[in-house]
Amino acid sequence: MAGEFAALAVLVIALLIAFAVGRYPISPGDVVGVLAAKLTGRPPDVPAAAADVILHVRGPRVLAAVMIGAALAVAGTAFQGLFRNPLVSPDLLGASSGAALGAVLGIYFSLDVFAIQALAFLGGVLAVAAVYAIGSVVRARDPVLVLVLAGVVIGALLGAGVGLVKYLADPYNQLPAMTFWLLGSLAASSPSDLIPLFGPVALGTLILAALRWRINVLSLPDEEARALGLPVLPLRIAVIAAATLVTSASVATAGIIGWVGLVVPHIARTLVGPDFGRLVPAAALLGGGFLLVIDTIARTVSPVEIPLGILTAFVGTPFFIWLLAGVSKTWS
Amino acid sequence: MIVHRRALLTGISATVFARSARAAEVTDDASRIVAVPDKVERIFVAGPPAATLLYTFAPELLLGWTRKPEPAQCEFLGSGACDKPEVGRLTGRGNTTDLETLLKLKPDLILDVGTINNTYVSLANQVQQQAGIPYALLNGRFDACAETYRKLGALTHREAQGEEFARYAERTIATIKSRIDRIPDAQRPRVYYGRGPSGLETGQGGSINVETIEFLGAHNVAGERKGGMATVSLEQVLAWNPEVIITIEPALAPSIKTDAAWAPIKAVQTGRVYLSPGLPFGWVDFPPSVNRLIGLWWLAKVLYPDQFPEDLRPIARDFFQRFYHISPTDTQIDTVLGTHA
Repeated sequence: MAGEFAALAVLVIALLIAFAVGRYPISPGDVVGVLAAKLTGRPPDVPAAAADVILHVRGPRVLAAVMIGAALAVAGTAFQGLFRNPLVSPDLLGASSGAALGAVLGIYFSLDVFAIQALAFLGGVLAVAAVYAIGSVVRARDPVLVLVLAGVVIGALLGAGVGLVKYLADPYNQLPAMTFWLLGSLAASSPSDLIPLFGPVALGTLILAALRWRINVLSLPDEEARALGLPVLPLRIAVIAAATLVTSASVATAGIIGWVGLVVPHIARTLVGPDFGRLVPAAALLGGGFLLVIDTIARTVSPVEIPLGILTAFVGTPFFIWLLAGVSKTWS
Repeated sequence: MIVHRRALLTGISATVFARSARAAEVTDDASRIVAVPDKVERIFVAGPPAATLLYTFAPELLLGWTRKPEPAQCEFLGSGACDKPEVGRLTGRGNTTDLETLLKLKPDLILDVGTINNTYVSLANQVQQQAGIPYALLNGRFDACAETYRKLGALTHREAQGEEFARYAERTIATIKSRIDRIPDAQRPRVYYGRGPSGLETGQGGSINVETIEFLGAHNVAGERKGGMATVSLEQVLAWNPEVIITIEPALAPSIKTDAAWAPIKAVQTGRVYLSPGLPFGWVDFPPSVNRLIGLWWLAKVLYPDQFPEDLRPIARDFFQRFYHISPTDTQIDTVLGTHA
């Protein structure tokens, strides 16, 4: 259990730090006061402005970071097992590209934030549905490979769509908004964001957590899994649907955040080993902690936000190279 | 092909004429010597700031828009302005295919207004050489707008008209500046400029987006660091606690006023959250062109209400007549200013 405790410790420490620091000066004592008052239901004896910041701004953002980090890590873990490939991330089947197209369209038509997020979520879900439909129409010996290839080409097509919308957009007003959105940020997290985020993320994560023992078997070749009496196809659909749900909801709230779904499962694997039964909860804890650390850096080091996509890539790329160098040893 | 060749010939003859002693030579804002043909009747604009500037000065010379104005904008542009075609953008990447479109339009001059740097200078030189059409680069900084009109007058052989526009701009700026100069530093408000769907995109110090706000001596809360547009966190905005919030997003002003998360901010509590007018072109931000001149009055009134008691409506009407070539009704003016009941 040492691995799980380590992951939990990372999350708890990250939570303590994240609540304590920020651009708005609040003493740690006041933070504790506000949270204690919120939990016990008594009115806090701290300045009202500090309480507002904790409850309306910093708190929702911290929760959103933990939820999204955990969701992306769990989805990535499930996908790496399902596709029997360590280099897979949850946007493999086009969820991120679809969400990106939905969001830039929303910005292009000057919709409000909620509508932009709804379009992004729909875009992600529809993209994966299209990929899956192509994958099931094409009859091939290796259905998983067809699925991956369909994901790559649909992703490229959607990327071209994003490019087209950006090309047509107003260069002074809409284009910067699109660029910022595509780089990923939790700057705009608000309490009202948490509800539409929490629903799909909780549902998807619960499904993946419930199926985690079976992902072990799914990661075997189809014939062997079938020989063990497992309904391979329905299981695969369930895992893909659940992962798509959480990925699309995350991307809709925070924009494109790469790497978390790719990197965190591997860190979790080094902590608790390859058994998905233990891997999924460990990845959830670590993912939440990881994104929370990244987001805390993004919002504290300078008055101007550092986009999450950039920070995660700076951390993720060296790790990915290290992974490529060692991949044959751990995965063969 | 014939069209193409004829256009090329026109271009070459323009260059030849330019070399003769009688043709005017004008030094543009990039210190390039532009040989201006004797007759300048057709001008191709390279981007939106140039389109706006040329429309205000001489709409009949404008061959077409970079982006066609929206119907809402057309209501405030002189007759015929919106019948002009959309001709695309010449500045920036991926526009080389536009060169044939450009030649087909047979412009006498290509005009670009905006930032002057090596990229734009080399692009101008390249297009000028390839198309054989003189290409002038003018400074798009707000504080240079009077000089820009004088240069435009020289480029179009309308020096007197250029002088008239330049004087108007100088008068406006001098009037506003003289009142602001008297205001002590402590009474100049701290301003947050919010853009983007959630209002968390802002212009850092010296960025073209907050040029007029900083020009009016207000303290841009995000101005400590120099740079362009950037995203900030709401927590940072709360920490800055600005006294005035200015936005250009119609949906944003009401939502800032009612959102609990923005509520602690001084500007929200004192009701100083303002939506900038945006017709026919933005009054504060984009396109970064002379449209911001009328916005200067609006902005000055919002920032320093005591020093600027006058009614904006007659000023706006005068500006619209001179620069946008229409005589708006009272209702139209109220629509633009957002002042109708």
